[in-house]
Amino acid sequence: MEKFTILRGAAAPLLVDNINTDQIAPVQFMRALEPDYQTALFARWRCDLDKPFVLDMPRFHRAPILVTGANFGCGSAREIAVWALAAHGVRCIVARNFSEVYRESLIKNGMLPVVLAPADRLAFEQQVLAVDGQSPFEIDLTARTIACPDGTAITFEIEAGERTSLLEGLDDVAMTLRHRLLIETWESRVATHQPWLQQVTSPD
Amino acid sequence: MGATLFDKIWSQHRLAEDEGGKTLLYIDRVVVDDVRAPQVLKNLERRALAIRRPDLAVVVQDHSVPSFQTHTGLGGSIFVDATREAARRHGLRLLDVGDAEQGISHVVLPALGLVLPGSTYLCVDSHSPTVGGAGAIGLACGSTELEHVLATQAMWVRKPPQMRLTLESTLGEGVYAKDVILYLIGRLGIDMARGVALELAGGLIASLSVEARLTLCNMAVELGTRTCIVAPDEKTFAWLATLPHAPRGEMWNSAYAYWQELRSNRDANFDIDLKIDCADLVPQITWGTSPAQVTSIVGHVPATAAQAGLDEAVWQRALGYMDLPPGARLAGTRIDRVFIGSCTNARLEDIESAARVAVGRKVAAHVKAVVVPGSRAVSRQAQEQGLRDILVDAGFLWGEPGCSMCAGGGGEMVEAGERIVSTTNRNFEDRQGVGVRTHLASPATVAAAAVMGEICDPRPLMRSIEGA
Repeated sequence: MEKFTILRGAAAPLLVDNINTDQIAPVQFMRALEPDYQTALFARWRCDLDKPFVLDMPRFHRAPILVTGANFGCGSAREIAVWALAAHGVRCIVARNFSEVYRESLIKNGMLPVVLAPADRLAFEQQVLAVDGQSPFEIDLTARTIACPDGTAITFEIEAGERTSLLEGLDDVAMTLRHRLLIETWESRVATHQPWLQQVTSPD
Repeated sequence: MGATLFDKIWSQHRLAEDEGGKTLLYIDRVVVDDVRAPQVLKNLERRALAIRRPDLAVVVQDHSVPSFQTHTGLGGSIFVDATREAARRHGLRLLDVGDAEQGISHVVLPALGLVLPGSTYLCVDSHSPTVGGAGAIGLACGSTELEHVLATQAMWVRKPPQMRLTLESTLGEGVYAKDVILYLIGRLGIDMARGVALELAGGLIASLSVEARLTLCNMAVELGTRTCIVAPDEKTFAWLATLPHAPRGEMWNSAYAYWQELRSNRDANFDIDLKIDCADLVPQITWGTSPAQVTSIVGHVPATAAQAGLDEAVWQRALGYMDLPPGARLAGTRIDRVFIGSCTNARLEDIESAARVAVGRKVAAHVKAVVVPGSRAVSRQAQEQGLRDILVDAGFLWGEPGCSMCAGGGGEMVEAGERIVSTTNRNFEDRQGVGVRTHLASPATVAAAAVMGEICDPRPLMRSIEGA
């Protein structure tokens, strides 16, 4: 997984609440085994010719930061809704809050989910709208800060384990298999005491 | 003391904690569906990772199964074929198209006894918490996490806050679990329960069948919950005792003794603990583009954004999309199509309640009506009990078991702009097809709409099947 340390670039505003994965990546665009994820990205919203989609505007072309509303990524657990944004160059999403499964999938893909404290959120969103892609924002995961074009810096919280995993781009399986002994011990204990969990009974 | 049901299963499966307090949780059963199997299994090969416990994994064919093609057991979509091939390559148990055990993951796993009370269950599908109806913890994740779980049989999860909803009263004739959960989503919204582990309890839950509890836990996902669970009781155990893969003999006796402990202690502590009386509940139906935009079958679309509890823009957009005026009465709205199926409502009881409305009646001439059973077993039982004949005689098409029109992965799209009354779980914009206006409701309400050609109250239409 690619390491996430410092990210600098345009912040694209998409300040709508409850954007679901059917909107981010409609299922109708997933019917190939290896689909073009970029084609799926907000496919329905991007075909409205009267209203250009924010990520299609030249100033937000491959903007690495997406700024959005509450409950982002709700609905289906399909990870194509993460890959579609990644394929478009997004590496950090600042939302009012996330669906938990979607947030976990972002981390698994080396992408940073940020939820700002309520006191900072409004000012940040207003600045993103005012800057309108003309100047870059800089996100520093080590310092847990977003440096804004007006010179201010906003601090954000992230769980320690998730931060380490993003900063170091760690292989999740290798990390977990450091606990192999615990897993094996658990399995042998449960095989004795709750054997129905450790085996699938065959029909008579 | 003070442990909840969720605490008990969680602590039994806890292996380790990380520096940020996430728990490494042992996963007892992993389901790989046909959307994910081809890519995930190929990625494992590319990463040179072995599946740690192939004996605890099950591969299902559900999302991509075409509902109306003749299968020879070898045909199907590219996903169906690639899934079969990948499952065989890895020696995994496969519930294949045409097999007696095939069906929708969250329908067949509990119904076969492949997921048991007190266990943990994982699938790359947001409706995994369905299995909570049988007393298991169902968790969803993305494809990358599935690779990790297949390789390790464990998952890092942040322990969610806990909530209990104690529901009282019993349901009247023509009112079902689907109506209860739609009512709860409408009343609580999608914020209060976001990310929680929800326990459903109380006299109403005790009165419901295991199938109805599966429906409730399935759709609790639309409240935003991380998972949802009902404590197993004698009803659950009697149901389990009949299932092909449930433990037997001595192992059943020890499991049965263990399962008795699977309930929240009297002094258990929940972050949110609510009681709701469901007395006099009437059938529910959604009017908008979120499962929380719901009203009773005798109700109206809210008259104003404020009444709907929505921002003006969201309100305008929902009504514009649904092509309904503010304050409109739902009953009497003309429809184009109905669908009975999905992991929410494709079990035998669901088919039976639809048949109780359709028996001796015909689907309205302008309505296209489809039933897709949740599994081959449900399809077979419906056939044996005459339910299939009742629905087919009424003019319903009967499809091959799978997810079908819920998300259209097998190609079953609803035509652009149609109005459909559907037993599925999501009424999002464009979910069932471009511009498709979805009204979510129970199988009985859906069947009533089919025969009347418009949204209507199913209660006056309920018949006894024997007396027909």
